[in-house]
Parts: sequence; structure tokens; C-alpha cells
Amino acid sequence: MLFYSFFKSLVGKEIVVELKNDMSLHGTLDSVDQYLNMKLLDIAVTDAEKFPHMLAVKNIFIRGSVIRYVHLPAEEVDVQQLQDASRRDAEQAKHSTKTGAAAAAAAGKGQPTKDTRPDQSDKVAAS
Amino acid sequence: MSAPTSTLDAFYGKKVLIITNDGRTLVGSFQGYDQTINVVLTDSSERVYSSHQGIQTVPLGAYMVRGDNIAIVGEVNEEEDAQLDFDAIKAEPLRHIVH
Repeated sequence: MLFYSFFKSLVGKEIVVELKNDMSLHGTLDSVDQYLNMKLLDIAVTDAEKFPHMLAVKNIFIRGSVIRYVHLPAEEVDVQQLQDASRRDAEQAKHSTKTGAAAAAAAGKGQPTKDTRPDQSDKVAAS
Repeated sequence: MSAPTSTLDAFYGKKVLIITNDGRTLVGSFQGYDQTINVVLTDSSERVYSSHQGIQTVPLGAYMVRGDNIAIVGEVNEEEDAQLDFDAIKAEPLRHIVH
């Protein structure tokens, strides 16, 4: 959920989104959800000569799964802070995986270990 | 997981343009959607782009587009859209989405 929160902090800012069909658009980030689907306002296609498909379109919804890159405004991003937060997030995920496995082993007491993955994903999502 | 917070509610009843993962451009009246971004259009048509002639419009009627296959949903400004000279707009068809 870290990058979801991160993108929420960029709402209202101008971003460039490059799609997996090589089309690239810029516009104001209006909203984002947990799949990183994004809504952009007042968009323009970067290469309108090549992509005249959205000349009369201003507000769009982009499915998160088709986004290749998001170009961010450098002055809006604290890279150091983002890096620290990413590391903390990864560390926490690792930790909850370990405790999840240990708890399952203790509960099982020699019985076949059951799959604890749903538990872990819950913990990660909640943290 | 809970429903997405970034919704398509703003598009209800409006004329929208959908770009699909296989590069097609569909235009129609937005009637509904669900959490996987499956979308229902009525009075829809496909706009076929080509580099040697203008835009061809193929009427399709009511259409349900599966969310998996949707790249972009955009609201069409009908006034601006009516001003476009379809015969003069020539472009290569869009490339497929490659994951």
C-alpha cells in the first residue's frame, strides 16, 4: 500500500503516464486507487501527431495494469524519504512472513504445516 | 479487497471513448461498470484508424467490454468531437498493450 499512499500525495499534480502500448499522456492526477488505476484531468497526448485518437477527450480513467511508467515532478518527490519508506515496508513484510511461519509451526505442533499465506497478506495489508 | 476509490461514476450517461488492449477505439454511451472495470456501452461504434485513409466508423450497438481488455476510458467532449474532420485524420492503428 506504500505506493498507493505515495500517489495519493501527488493528487493535483501534473504527471506523465506512459502506457504499455507506447502512448504517453500528460495531465493532472485527479485520483488513484489500490490497483493504481488513475484518473487524469485535462490530458494531452505527448505525440498527438502519431496518436490523434483522443483529440476530443479531456478527462480519462487509466487502468493501472496498462501503465508502464509514471514520470513524476522531481520537486514533489522526496526520493530519500521514499527509499526509506520502501525499505521499512519490505522489512516489515519480511518480519510478518517469519512470525506467520513460526506461529503456524507452533500451532501445528508437528502436524503438516498449513498454508498461512492468506494470513500473511492480511498482516501486510493491515500494517 | 474493498471497491476501488477511483470510480467511473462521473461517466454515467456520457459519451465515452474506450481504448482496448488490442488497440481498438470504441465510442459509446456509458451505461455501467463494475469493480473489475467491465463496462457496458450502448449506441457504440468502433473508430478504425488507418494511415492511408480517414477514420472509418463501424456501428456496433450495445457492447460489454471486459475490464481485462480495457486500457483507457475517456469522456468525450461532444462539441469538440463534432468539429473533428474524420476524413482528414490519418494515423497508424494503435499498438497492442504488451505486458
